[in-house]
Amino acid sequence: MGRIAFLNANAAVAEAALVAGLGFYAGYPITPSSEVPERLSKIMPEKGLPFMMMEDEIASINACVGASASGVKAMTCTSGPGFSLKQEALGMACMFEVPLVVVDVMRGGPSTGLPTRPSQQDIMQARWGTHGDHPIIAVAPCNAQEAVFETIRAFNLAEKFRQPVVLLTDGSLSHLHTKIYIPDPDEVEIVDRAQPEVDPENYYPYDYNYEVPPLAKWWTEDGKSYRYHLSSLIHDKTGFPTVYPKYAQWLLERMHNKILNHRDEILKYEYYKMDDAETCIVAFGSTAEAARVAIDQAREEGIKVGMFRPLTIWPSPEEQIRDIASKVKQFIVAEMNLGQYKLEVERIVGGRAPVYGVSQAAGVLIRPSQIYDKIKDPSKRVEIGLTEEELKRFGGGE
Amino acid sequence: MAVDYTKYLRMDKMPLYWCPGCGDGIVLKCYLEAIDELGWSKDDCAMVSGIGCAARVTGYVDFHTLHTIHGRAIAVAVGIKMSHPDKHVFVFGGDGDLVHIGGNHLLHACRRNVDVTVVLINNWIYGMTGGQHSCTTPPGAKATTAPRGSFEPTIDVCKMAIGAGAGYVARGFAGDPTRLKKLIKEGLEYKGFSLIDVFSPCPINFGRRNKLGDPAKLLEHMKSFLVSSAKAKRMSEEELKGKFITGVLHKDTEKPELTEAYKSIVEKAQASDEYWAKYVKGTLSESDKNKITREELKKLYPYDVETPLKQWKKL
Ligand SMILES: Cc1ncc(C[n+]2csc(CCOP(=O)(O)OP(=O)(O)O)c2C)c(N)n1
Ligand code: SF4
Ligand SMILES: [Mg+2]
Repeated sequence: MGRIAFLNANAAVAEAALVAGLGFYAGYPITPSSEVPERLSKIMPEKGLPFMMMEDEIASINACVGASASGVKAMTCTSGPGFSLKQEALGMACMFEVPLVVVDVMRGGPSTGLPTRPSQQDIMQARWGTHGDHPIIAVAPCNAQEAVFETIRAFNLAEKFRQPVVLLTDGSLSHLHTKIYIPDPDEVEIVDRAQPEVDPENYYPYDYNYEVPPLAKWWTEDGKSYRYHLSSLIHDKTGFPTVYPKYAQWLLERMHNKILNHRDEILKYEYYKMDDAETCIVAFGSTAEAARVAIDQAREEGIKVGMFRPLTIWPSPEEQIRDIASKVKQFIVAEMNLGQYKLEVERIVGGRAPVYGVSQAAGVLIRPSQIYDKIKDPSKRVEIGLTEEELKRFGGGE
Repeated sequence: MAVDYTKYLRMDKMPLYWCPGCGDGIVLKCYLEAIDELGWSKDDCAMVSGIGCAARVTGYVDFHTLHTIHGRAIAVAVGIKMSHPDKHVFVFGGDGDLVHIGGNHLLHACRRNVDVTVVLINNWIYGMTGGQHSCTTPPGAKATTAPRGSFEPTIDVCKMAIGAGAGYVARGFAGDPTRLKKLIKEGLEYKGFSLIDVFSPCPINFGRRNKLGDPAKLLEHMKSFLVSSAKAKRMSEEELKGKFITGVLHKDTEKPELTEAYKSIVEKAQASDEYWAKYVKGTLSESDKNKITREELKKLYPYDVETPLKQWKKL
């Protein structure tokens, strides 16, 4: 039996992580993400689960990698600057192929930026923040209720594909309280990492016979102990380093294929009023809620506009966007940054339709009216839509 | 009785990666002897290392092993220990790895007194990357990045660890394996954070550049910096300048260990919440579970609980 609660998306993520089977949390405080650890610090000891505030974001994600490698579901949570610090170890998680959930509550950047303000400026950092060719999964819920479900899904994808998953929310969504439903584990699908069928002596952590080799828990419930080696170096099936070119190429290709060949299981998206749409808004997270309002308003005037909303940001829904490109006259990508996902949409659309952007990195939500204006005249630049009265509340300025 | 080292080593990974005359093998041998004396099962042991020559130890020991990234091994180990308080968790690494880039994690592991044993192979140099100077390179010593000698002061890692609150701190020397084994063993047995700072020769990347390429000569040179704790007691502050004291330098039997401290938090949290106490003990009854039925919940909150879930599932 689930529970009803009045929570913001940060608290929702914390609650949902526990439903998903969170076994270890380590983090470092940063606005606007701190309610996640605050809530977990209360609940996790009640459940006898380890909770740690570490010395920095680097330590946090590394502790999570250790916990996850040993067999426990782990999560860390941060915002822009902290996400930057986590990048090296995020790459290690990709290389080890250990499940991990990294929550990034996006705030205005670069650098310390706009700590208390929402943004969607980490879209590309989520994709390419760590060095080297690596696969990544990133998901972006658009409200607190969806944050619950997407957190559970993030854990499931991480476990299923032995892959770190980034959950992207933002500084506005994370602080907006709404009534939400927190399901019980038996109401949703909960995935646990596959366990080997072989005994410890015959176990390889990167067995060539699998696309996603089972990751053995070090200490199983029935008292077995799987002793093996994981290395952040390029490795062979045993987990030990190799520089043999064929193995290096294989490893990286398998790591990518295990994600790209399973887009159907990983992608989640919503078509909103797209059936007869001539203009397609692409939006995700908080921005999608504004787009919905703008679309409804434009529809009342008979304008044929709809939205394609990716919940899975990475890998990107290429096939779906390509399909839309063959049907619509134009795209408008609305996002709280200077056009990061727009780049990806442009790449996929490949010139088949013009791609416009509502690209606002001002630390304020994109308003429905701004998207509405853009629908009316896509070629026109949209200005930050604040009244004099509202501007006064911000203070500062020139 | 002689120790059967093959019991603890992944013999198919031989020969060892280290250069002839390197101290790393000596330290590993002392450590395995200590493990053997304690009679610990390999199945209960986990070892983490970062990157460096010393960090290659994880490849050889037949435990649960993680060869992670440069400087972060201690943080990784904390995650493992907190998740499995009943297991033995160790870290092996070099001075560059654990003190220079990873110093912050070392500092806080000391403070937390988490039950992890860290063996620091301190060879005064970045061995693996070809002999650049590190935070432990003695002033004046040459390195590939200090062709005229290092101009930076070094750090006494043990003093730092004591200051930061480590429960057990010792300094050993690869040139004195008998005592080194004892120091490591005592560290392993200690319930709390233990650091064993081991002065160990890197003849190839420290020695050669300082006209100490002969491992025996290098050991002698390193020894000239060392003073036993017994002898140090009789020396003045002036005489101790630039010297490093060996032996058990600090042992705090009072300080609570981290996972134990957390356990008491868990007890407190569960005592305050009857439901969870039962939940954890597995004694929840059916009536406890159904304290509120779905129908009652619906009456309490006129909120449609099924639709959002159904809608999301449809996406
Ligand atoms: C983030 C990062 N920076 C730098 C390196 C390069 N690197 C690899 S090993 C090493 C130094 C190792 O020195 P130490 O820890 O003293 O070990 P030793 O080789 O001397 O045993 C460095 C700088 C790296 N792998 N990762
Ligand atoms: S470079 Fe130095 S530390 Fe590394 S293996 Fe050789 S002698 Fe040992
Ligand atoms: Mg070194």
